[in-house]
Amino acid sequence: MMLALVNASSSLVHLAPVDMVIIAFYFLLVIAIGFYLKGQANTGEDFFMAGREMTAWVAGLSFLSANLGALELMGWAGSAYQYGILATHWYWIGAIPAMIFLALVMMPFYYISKTHSVPGYLKLRFGEPARALSAVSFGFMTVLMSGVNMFAMAKVMQIVLGWDINFSIWVSSITVAVYVTLGGLRSAIFNEVLQFFLIWAGALLIPILGLYEAGGWSNLKVLIAHRASEQYVHMWSTLGHFNTNPMGIHWTGIVFGLGAIISMGYWTTDFLVVQRILAAKDLRSAEMAPIIGAGFKMMVPIIVILPGLLGLGLLPMKLVPESVAVATHGYSYNDVLPLMLARYCGPGLLGLGITALIAGFMSGMAGNVSAFTTVWTYDIYRPLINPKGSDSHYVSMGRWTTVIGVLISVGTAYLVMHSASIMDYVQALFSFFIAPLFGTVVLGMLWKRATGPGGFWGLLCGTVSSVSMWAWVKIDPTALRYVALSPDAKALAQDMYQALWSFLVCVTVTVVVSMLTKPKPDSELVGLVYGQTVIPRVVGVPIYQKPVFWAAVVGVIFVILNIIFW
Amino acid sequence: MTTHGRTVSIWFFIGFSLLINGLLIFGAGLYEYAHKPEFPVVLFDLHAGVWWGGLLTLIGGFYTWHYRPSGG
Repeated sequence: MMLALVNASSSLVHLAPVDMVIIAFYFLLVIAIGFYLKGQANTGEDFFMAGREMTAWVAGLSFLSANLGALELMGWAGSAYQYGILATHWYWIGAIPAMIFLALVMMPFYYISKTHSVPGYLKLRFGEPARALSAVSFGFMTVLMSGVNMFAMAKVMQIVLGWDINFSIWVSSITVAVYVTLGGLRSAIFNEVLQFFLIWAGALLIPILGLYEAGGWSNLKVLIAHRASEQYVHMWSTLGHFNTNPMGIHWTGIVFGLGAIISMGYWTTDFLVVQRILAAKDLRSAEMAPIIGAGFKMMVPIIVILPGLLGLGLLPMKLVPESVAVATHGYSYNDVLPLMLARYCGPGLLGLGITALIAGFMSGMAGNVSAFTTVWTYDIYRPLINPKGSDSHYVSMGRWTTVIGVLISVGTAYLVMHSASIMDYVQALFSFFIAPLFGTVVLGMLWKRATGPGGFWGLLCGTVSSVSMWAWVKIDPTALRYVALSPDAKALAQDMYQALWSFLVCVTVTVVVSMLTKPKPDSELVGLVYGQTVIPRVVGVPIYQKPVFWAAVVGVIFVILNIIFW
Repeated sequence: MTTHGRTVSIWFFIGFSLLINGLLIFGAGLYEYAHKPEFPVVLFDLHAGVWWGGLLTLIGGFYTWHYRPSGG
């Protein structure tokens, strides 16, 4: 703390005592929740699955909040400044169809199979090799993501408050370690829902006051067109060519790379988010939860994308890429959200805004750590190292893994500190693992002819192809014209196409190997595959209580929003 | 949501958090209203702290009362 105070003279803002009280209150509250829930995390089902008793609302908000970490708050506000309203695609077409697909098509198989995790489903459907490959790659990705979250938080604290980066990393990681170790997934879910409300309470003032200052949305569009380009305020009309939009992407990359592959992969197979839904109390709640999450997801651009656009239209300084900012001591794209916070928020409000950022970052970290803990214990340690342990032994292993996972994340945060761009780094990770995994899981659920060897080799080849494409462009940047179909493509566009190709490789290899190997008997596919599973339908309730009704409502609003901002 | 039968609802924790934060922000907003700072934020004259803090206090107060542990 002393070091932090010494550095405060170089900060972007200075906290008043009331701000410090608000931040301290948050830390005390989450630790208190952890201690309060400790007595309810005694069995494996409690610690790893939160007792499977969450309502649709809690599971849905937690599902959404697990994704409201550093990536969402700081990274996407920065992306909105850099790429304009195109960044909204990652919230709408890059989330809503996938969430609805998860709710109505995939969730019944996850839920009926009673799996503890996504790798656990792969074990049931394809056998141990596919599970081991998926669990190891997920564990690797998860701790890296956690490190990214941690670094992003420490960076915000450094920029806004002048706090020492090491101080921020260790305070946040110790707090997360304490409350997840004590209360397990239930503790993580409680804090994610709390964080959801804190983020809205702390961040909603920026777009309200920003739009007031700009003179409304129409005037903001004029300001952005004047300071950047009119291309920055259109979502679809500039995507006809690679070089007519700030991202250097074609609409096919957005629709097929992002909408059909990356988002489907992330929202339906990333165990970090799916774990929250698996904790739902019954199938109807498990189906409603992603739809509730989708409804709120459509609104998140108000507190993330809009501040980035407001920064583009209103901030007096010009923000630059991270590498340039470091060299020139200027402000980077990723700084736009804290800069807007400092612009409008006085004492008290600033403390809540900073608390919202901290909560988002810590929640992201806790989500990664709790998912890592479950996958390590149930999908690596139990099947491969110690299959005969007692339930209490696995709970104990879960608590220790939480602490070790946090420590690995801390190490990762120090590695990430030298990365040029947080966003590109995270997107590259998604492309490596998520897109092929989606291919394997969706074929497993929808095609009964898919075999164990087919699933394993498809997943492996898809992942290797993704890493190879990324390495190819790193070594030879001109390869971008082949991977992303255009030399004008930016990093995010490259990731979209990389995901698309790796998905296709995965599907092709899975189909070919499956056709050459012996299929499983139908009796072993009950509860795992479409056509072999009787899915309980919601009957005897009014239509407005059925998941399919609310999925339709969300779908219609999604279409209308895209037309409005075309 | 309540868990394990008689535990404290998650909505109570959320309400309590909003209530305390709202009161602190409302108080800080009133203080700034009476003592204008040397370097005010942009749109200071809107006194966002007062009305935003008040709104959070009302919402938080309602949730805290409605989901208080003694209320079952």
